[in-house]
Amino acid sequence: MNFDFSDDQRLLQQEVRRMLADTSTSAAVRTVLEGKEACCAQVWRNLVGMGAAGAAIPEAYGGAGLGYLELCLVAEEIGRHLAAVPVSSSFYLAAEAILHGGSEQQKQQWLPRIAAGELVATAALGSGESYRGLPPLAFDGATLNGTAGVVPDGAIAGLAVLRAGTELVLVDLAGAGVSRKPLSSLDPTRPVAQLTFAGTPAQKLPADGAALARRVLNGAAVLLAFEQVGGAARILELSRDYSLERKAFGRQIGGFQALKHKMADIYTRNELARVHAYYGAWALSTDAPELPLAAAAARVAATTAFNFAAEEGIEIHGGIGFTWEMDCHLYLRRARWLAQSIGSEHHWRSQLADELVKEAA
Amino acid sequence: MDFRDSPEEAAYRARVRSWLEANATPRRSAEDRFEAGMSDAEHIAAARAWQRRKAAAGYAAITWPTEWGGPGGTPIEQVIYSQEEARYLVPTQVFVNSIGQCLPTVAMWALPELRERYVPQGLRGDAIWCQLFSEPAAGSDTGGIRTRATREGDEWVINGQKVWTSGAHFSDYGILLARSDWDKPKQEGLTMFIVDMKAAGIEIRPIHQMSDEYEFNEVFLNDVRIRDDHRLGPECAGWKVMLSTLMHERLSVGSSLPSSLHRNLIELAGKTAWNGRPALEDARVRARIADAYLSQKGVELVIARSLTALSKGKEPGPEMSILKLVAGKGILDIASFALELAGPEGVLGHQDLGSEWDFIQRLWLSAPGIRLAGGSDEIMRNIIAERVLGLPGEVRTDRKTPFRELL
Repeated sequence: MNFDFSDDQRLLQQEVRRMLADTSTSAAVRTVLEGKEACCAQVWRNLVGMGAAGAAIPEAYGGAGLGYLELCLVAEEIGRHLAAVPVSSSFYLAAEAILHGGSEQQKQQWLPRIAAGELVATAALGSGESYRGLPPLAFDGATLNGTAGVVPDGAIAGLAVLRAGTELVLVDLAGAGVSRKPLSSLDPTRPVAQLTFAGTPAQKLPADGAALARRVLNGAAVLLAFEQVGGAARILELSRDYSLERKAFGRQIGGFQALKHKMADIYTRNELARVHAYYGAWALSTDAPELPLAAAAARVAATTAFNFAAEEGIEIHGGIGFTWEMDCHLYLRRARWLAQSIGSEHHWRSQLADELVKEAA
Repeated sequence: MDFRDSPEEAAYRARVRSWLEANATPRRSAEDRFEAGMSDAEHIAAARAWQRRKAAAGYAAITWPTEWGGPGGTPIEQVIYSQEEARYLVPTQVFVNSIGQCLPTVAMWALPELRERYVPQGLRGDAIWCQLFSEPAAGSDTGGIRTRATREGDEWVINGQKVWTSGAHFSDYGILLARSDWDKPKQEGLTMFIVDMKAAGIEIRPIHQMSDEYEFNEVFLNDVRIRDDHRLGPECAGWKVMLSTLMHERLSVGSSLPSSLHRNLIELAGKTAWNGRPALEDARVRARIADAYLSQKGVELVIARSLTALSKGKEPGPEMSILKLVAGKGILDIASFALELAGPEGVLGHQDLGSEWDFIQRLWLSAPGIRLAGGSDEIMRNIIAERVLGLPGEVRTDRKTPFRELL
């Protein structure tokens, strides 16, 4: 039985944690929050430079060639420090889609540039159903037309993997007929844009589109669960620390059982989410048949845990927690953004149930 | 990261498997109970016989050091044995307190000649032990013990009442915590003793549980006489002796909490109909099944993390403290939801609804007890808040006051 990360993997996590504690500070994240920067350039350079972001990209394609377990721990730290960088877009989604579904030539062309961080890539792999009634993307084998409504980091990306009907296509965003429109985001530290294409040249990824999208989204669910687990653990620490500082009725408020029990409940949900995320990491790293089940479980447990921790974190802080200056709302915003970004909690709970029923049959 | 045994663990598991195969009958299903249809006397006799065979083979108390007569095995070996034994129809509960807590306490604190007598005897199944700590006024607040121990020459005279004593009615001996000094603060005036459960002045009354079972007892002690050589540890060191007992218990991971109840839900939801379709097709039912899995599998995975620590020779981390909290409420929620699947007929007992509901109905009635035994949900939350998160302890007014002034 070895249901834990290795000492070497933990060492990498510690290095990333130290680096992010120094660079992904509240002040740095707020430059993106307030629209002064599109992302934290220093944090991006460091994550790429240490080989952390590209941990799961093979060395042959310019990555660090470590693996998914390492990338999971990097993700936990990214979530913990609210890093305002396009790692999920570039590495959990776009690079993974190319790695698992691209031709050799596509891999050679794009993966080294993604791994080096010189190119931000992004992906939108959802079904394309749009509340705003946007026309779905149409791909005719050579060119792309239509609108991708919610593309994370779409304003700064140079490459996109998009779902058009049942196919996944690769689009060089420097190509003809691309127009970008930055959109408002509930978490401005994770910007989104709308991309419209008019006869833009695009290439099909050769793999079966639906199966590839499922595989990539399952992997991303695990990785994002680690971001959520990291964020949830951090907001609990901040709330705990504040409750030890703040006094009311002659005592530290953290001594009141109402708050102690609330924080014990947050901790309990966080640890449940953590073990499900670990199980997802195991399934992802071993390419186990349990991946769709484990990924969905990690996603649901981590989504509920981070939302709960962020909501109650504000409550524990009291009035000060409702101010712009405190970081509480950054965690609430990130929790919500992560909860929605690759499909809602309901979607993933439904996948989890489907897998459980399948397994029992 | 992987879930397989190390080569040493696999070899141990293979040895355990072949021994169990030769000595026991496999369970037909997870819901099979060894003691079903047996009288108490038959159950106890069978448990003693099974304990004797395990002891002879070195499986009765795997982690006990050789100086106590154990094989000096590792916690992970104990877990492997328990996992394998769980697949067989054998009595597993009768000796849990004897081996897990009482006899280790005797081994650590008794005089050598008593240790020589009691420890091997209990190990080979010739005596059963119980633990007499809780009292009507000392539940979550165990330090509030009022059972009185008065010194008379070479003897102690015990008067008082214990409660929630598992197995008192079939036990031969007990370890008893009583108050020997009423002028000291609550936790400092306690002394631990070995008590003969057949001694004069002991009256045992079974507690009729809400589940219609009788697993626990009230024990009344009226002028029960204990020789001073049956004291465990120094006078007034009872609290420390008790903590050493609980420390030993903490290492026994891999509990017997059920962890695949989502499968019971899937099975029952497949058999019940909602609006003319199997309930299993309903999205709301499926969402509840998914949530059941999250708590059930979560418990299993938390245990897996602890086993990993044990396997590496480390102590389990603080995540273990969430286990009972998740499991207790989780089991209650799952059992309640399972009952709802039967709709209006769900008010019927399994005798009329069908035997497949027996397990769920028993679970539903036992879950409130799981949430209380070994620390209520609220006590567990305090433990997480204080020991894991470092939040302040409760405001207490009783820590330094002589106990008699608290009454």
